[in-house]
Amino acid sequence: MKELVNLFMAFFRIGAFTFGGGYAMLPMLQKEVVEKYHWATEDEIMDYFAIGQCTPGIIAVNTATFVGYKTRGVIGGIVATLGIITPSLIIITLIAAFLQNFADLAVVKYAFNGIRACVCVLIFNAVTKLAKKSVIDKICLGICIVVLLLSLFSPLSPALIVVLAGIAGVIFKRTGITGGEKK
Amino acid sequence: MTGLLRLAFEFFKTGLFAVGGGLATLPFLYAMGTATGWFNAQDVANMIAISESTPGPMGVNMATYVGFTSFGLPGALLGPLALVFPSVVIIILISKILNKFKESKLVQDVFYGLRPASTGLIIAAGLGVAKIALFHLDQYEITQNIADLLNYKSIILAVVIYLVLRKKDFHPILMVVASAIVGIIFKF
Repeated sequence: MKELVNLFMAFFRIGAFTFGGGYAMLPMLQKEVVEKYHWATEDEIMDYFAIGQCTPGIIAVNTATFVGYKTRGVIGGIVATLGIITPSLIIITLIAAFLQNFADLAVVKYAFNGIRACVCVLIFNAVTKLAKKSVIDKICLGICIVVLLLSLFSPLSPALIVVLAGIAGVIFKRTGITGGEKK
Repeated sequence: MTGLLRLAFEFFKTGLFAVGGGLATLPFLYAMGTATGWFNAQDVANMIAISESTPGPMGVNMATYVGFTSFGLPGALLGPLALVFPSVVIIILISKILNKFKESKLVQDVFYGLRPASTGLIIAAGLGVAKIALFHLDQYEITQNIADLLNYKSIILAVVIYLVLRKKDFHPILMVVASAIVGIIFKF
């Protein structure tokens, strides 16, 4: 029971303080899920992101379901999912009821511009921490760079890019092309 | 009641077919507005503005907003729940299958390619945020003056946060709240 409460509260915090889309939750996930509660490893989070990208639904929600299910089965998956969506339900309902012009308020714009600068740094730090673990050799580095370039400069959907990367992984492994150890 | 059922059905459909997150739900929302008459394109624009300046997944925010403005509190609950229901079922099924085939060579080889791909996509997302947060691209387009391109206040704040986090690994929540306060005080 206690762990279910922890799951709900951790994902509630993640939902309440993730600004700027699904991947911006990575710094919060590292802190709460990996470092504080040890519910999943960084590698597993990467797997969840990749699968969440090419399955229906919202990546942040999919990741919550994955972590919850891994920790406490079906109930855990449901509880973590409810945890991550509850802050949105409360905040958006209040805004829709009382503050229709919320996004135009000067104070909101100022706060949000400050938060965005912060989110850049948080993501940068999260990625550098992560790259040490997920980019283990030159092949991985190559896949990472190609995916980055494709998602920045090509019209391919992220879902398709992820599928191609998975196929590339199998091909590299099966043909015995290995990248060697990265220094 | 039939209205609420329709709402649940529409968001269930969106949750089942929108692959890839918040922005992927947009085409479904436009179609939903046209088909049901609950909201128009202007409402969607307002919704996006609010979803982008509040925390939480954008798709969930928009489902709550549509649900509330169309059907009040019951709608605000039912919309997002119907939206996430399909993916919860799908992810639990995938988890069960993955647990079974975790040791399989094929699954491990696929993940060998997926992990660096996730890293690449996150870097792309981070660059997207940086582009909006640290630069005044719209202003630069008008004036063509390099001095207008950089958002000095934000860049200074980002550097300060970076240096603070190098000293001590504060919780992201603390940094987000602090930056919001700095943003308000210094009128970012």
